[in-house]
Amino acid sequence: MIPLEYFIAVGLIIFLLGLYTCLTRTNAIGILMGIELVLNAAGLNFVAFSHYNGNKIEGHVMTLFIIVLAAAEAVVALALLLAIYRRFKGIETEVVATLKE
Amino acid sequence: MDISLAIFFVISAVTLVACGIVAFSKNMIYSAFALLGVFAGVLGLYILLSADFVAIVQLVIYIGGILVLILFAVMLTTRIDMASGERRLVNKAMEPLAAFFGIAILGALIWKSFFSTHWTVSRVFYGPTTAAIGEKLLNEYLLPFEIISLLLILGLVGAMVLGRREVK
Repeated sequence: MIPLEYFIAVGLIIFLLGLYTCLTRTNAIGILMGIELVLNAAGLNFVAFSHYNGNKIEGHVMTLFIIVLAAAEAVVALALLLAIYRRFKGIETEVVATLKE
Repeated sequence: MDISLAIFFVISAVTLVACGIVAFSKNMIYSAFALLGVFAGVLGLYILLSADFVAIVQLVIYIGGILVLILFAVMLTTRIDMASGERRLVNKAMEPLAAFFGIAILGALIWKSFFSTHWTVSRVFYGPTTAAIGEKLLNEYLLPFEIISLLLILGLVGAMVLGRREVK
């Protein structure tokens, strides 16, 4: 049997690398990838805790909600990024730092 | 060694290496493709945790949907030959270092708080989960389920509004 700590450690490392990606990228899609990593780590933690709590289902339901939220967030964010690209010809975060043209 | 432990180590090694590529690669295209390794690795961990339905949802939505969307966006918004995720830094040495130390301190704190908590692990068993998830979604979690479907509609309409061309 795999101990609970191993799954938590993997989830923690995925979360920290996602946060690092968010902090160090300037490309907006790179920041979005970091957010996806963080959401994956959260889902993994929910499923791990629910499995070691007698395979209860609540954690699975929460993970499903997280996945749906991630999908909605990715769709809106990418549509926004394409609109920004059409207007500013770039999606680096320092290009889009102005409030009006 | 236990066979499931060996499988766990292989899957988590693949996941963490792909994570490292996502975080540290100079090229956005490599990062986007390495995201496939992360999602597939987390899917494998879900299967090891006896979450069959969640694993299939991860396959369909993350790998089939979100990953394809991200690849499309990377290829539509950056020229492939100059798609760099690199930051033009004010201080080239200190900024990633500061981010790294912040991350390291946060990770150490989470790890310490995890180990100072006493977790009672009950008996682990493996079984199908789909029917139980369906019952939970239509009994206890009915209101969040409906709200999240509303949210999906809103996301769909919002993406269409944002993505259309302006008509004069």
